Amino acid sequence: MTESAIETRGLRKAYGSTIALESLDLRVGPGEVVGLLGPNGAGKTTSVKLLLGLARKSGGEGTVLGRPLGDRGARARIGYLPELFRYQAWLTANEVLRLHAGLAGLPWPQQAGEFDRVLGLVGLADRRTDRVGGFSKGMQQRLGLAVALLGDPALVILDEPTSALDPVGRDDVRAIIRHAQSRGTAVLLNSHLLGEVERLCDRAVIVNKGRVVASGTLEELLGESAVRLRVTGLPDDRTPLAAFGPLADEDGWLVIRPVDPERVPDIVATAVAMGGRVHAVDPGRMTLEELFLDVIRGPAPGDRP
Amino acid sequence: MNPRIVLVIAQLTIREISRRRILWVLTILSLVSVALVGWGVSRLVGLSRENDVNAYELEIGVSQILILIAFMFSFVLAMSAAFLAAPAIASDVETGTVLAMLARPMHRADLVVGRWLGLGIIVAAYAAGSGLLAIGVVRFISDYSPPSTAVALGFLAFQAVAVMTAALALGTRLPGIAAGAVTVVLFGLGWFTGVLGSLSNAFGVKSLAGLGDVFRLLFPTDGLWRGVIYGLEPSQVVVATEQGGRVAQSNPFFADAPPPMAFIVWCVVWVVLVLALGAWLFRRREL
Repeated sequence: MTESAIETRGLRKAYGSTIALESLDLRVGPGEVVGLLGPNGAGKTTSVKLLLGLARKSGGEGTVLGRPLGDRGARARIGYLPELFRYQAWLTANEVLRLHAGLAGLPWPQQAGEFDRVLGLVGLADRRTDRVGGFSKGMQQRLGLAVALLGDPALVILDEPTSALDPVGRDDVRAIIRHAQSRGTAVLLNSHLLGEVERLCDRAVIVNKGRVVASGTLEELLGESAVRLRVTGLPDDRTPLAAFGPLADEDGWLVIRPVDPERVPDIVATAVAMGGRVHAVDPGRMTLEELFLDVIRGPAPGDRP
Repeated sequence: MNPRIVLVIAQLTIREISRRRILWVLTILSLVSVALVGWGVSRLVGLSRENDVNAYELEIGVSQILILIAFMFSFVLAMSAAFLAAPAIASDVETGTVLAMLARPMHRADLVVGRWLGLGIIVAAYAAGSGLLAIGVVRFISDYSPPSTAVALGFLAFQAVAVMTAALALGTRLPGIAAGAVTVVLFGLGWFTGVLGSLSNAFGVKSLAGLGDVFRLLFPTDGLWRGVIYGLEPSQVVVATEQGGRVAQSNPFFADAPPPMAFIVWCVVWVVLVLALGAWLFRRREL
């Protein structure tokens, strides 16, 4: 059996009488991208610090890359982008990479090529000799990502990697994470941008008040796909549409559930061919944001099922 | 501890300090101070010769001025060492820089020892370089050179390294400004209890003299300062002061002997212990 990138059971952390993390059960498989979600103070950053050995656990157990938490051998194969960080402003981008290559023990002959690779990946190849102090927040975050990807790690832990980036930067980061995944790197992504997690992650884990309150693949968490159409002028006989899936009328919407999301354009074309006038099309699946709010606050009255 | 990582951190520390304005400001201030010392000594020599002061008296006068300058310089050096070292780890923690570094396969002690090594090289080089320049200028102007320049500069650098070590160790747990302030207070207390101890010896108050001795073991900068004085003091001053009795010997700018070897060994052990304490405190710290 292939070793998990991260495996924890009942991981707990208390600072005196304050419990920062009650019980974390988390598994990240090799090459898997997992989103770690939760409101502020839920215990996400504490979890990350425990995984990296930056804080000592108060209870429970866990392994990272098959080794105990904080093991230096495992840390040599982990890339980490902290959430609130500043690299040394008086270093150039290249010098920051050289520092981390030195700390990680990356062999000297490999370093220059590796710097070219990661700076090229994050779009900073032409800023390598500029001081970090002159970088915008977004550029610092790109550099942080380059540092995390240095040496082709087996596991990358990214704490809010896109918080300072514009939409183009976010798209770049998505591409970088997918690229890392294609090389077999496991990624633990801690982000408040739920859309990012929804687009990128194979699985998501939601923590609240130090406990895991929901976890699973996105399909498991968000339920089966559906499509909702606001359409008028359809004949009574809706058999051509029923071929795509069971039909239902809900609050003036025609709902087909379950449905293959790839077939939505065909459904619209069929409705039009039947003489219908399509006013709106809405993918009926619950969004991750809706699920998140439901899990944290409880379902709001009037929320759709 | 990993020597390779210690060297990486030491190199980073030297680069950091050399790229910050503080080192250049200190260097420029030191050059200005040395220029003023040169001007003052040349005036003293000129006026003394005009007033028929003999060479022996002039030598004693210049030696005492050099000790006074060394005292002020040691104070500035201690302040600089304290305020360079105190934030060395504390600010890394405050900015979050330390998280990215400690997530690498390194011990926390590597960071503490690497910082200490880098700061030690800078502080010792600065103490030796500036001290040598000041002594060289005085020698050029007055023809006076202290009997043991190397001993004086060695103790001066050692004193600065001791202050730096204390500030670095405190900075592993306290905010930078607090660690710097506490170190400066300890340094001042060390000098004060040293003076008090000398006076107590002169007046035969054993309990107070004992207090000075105990504090000298706990924070040995004053004992090291005695080594600086001894290295700068011409033998005529030693003989004359010894003839002056215990009251003359209680002068805080006089040392009748170099610090004993046992004390020097203790100072080395003290630096190692304080550094180890800093590493232990940092290892226990929740980040």
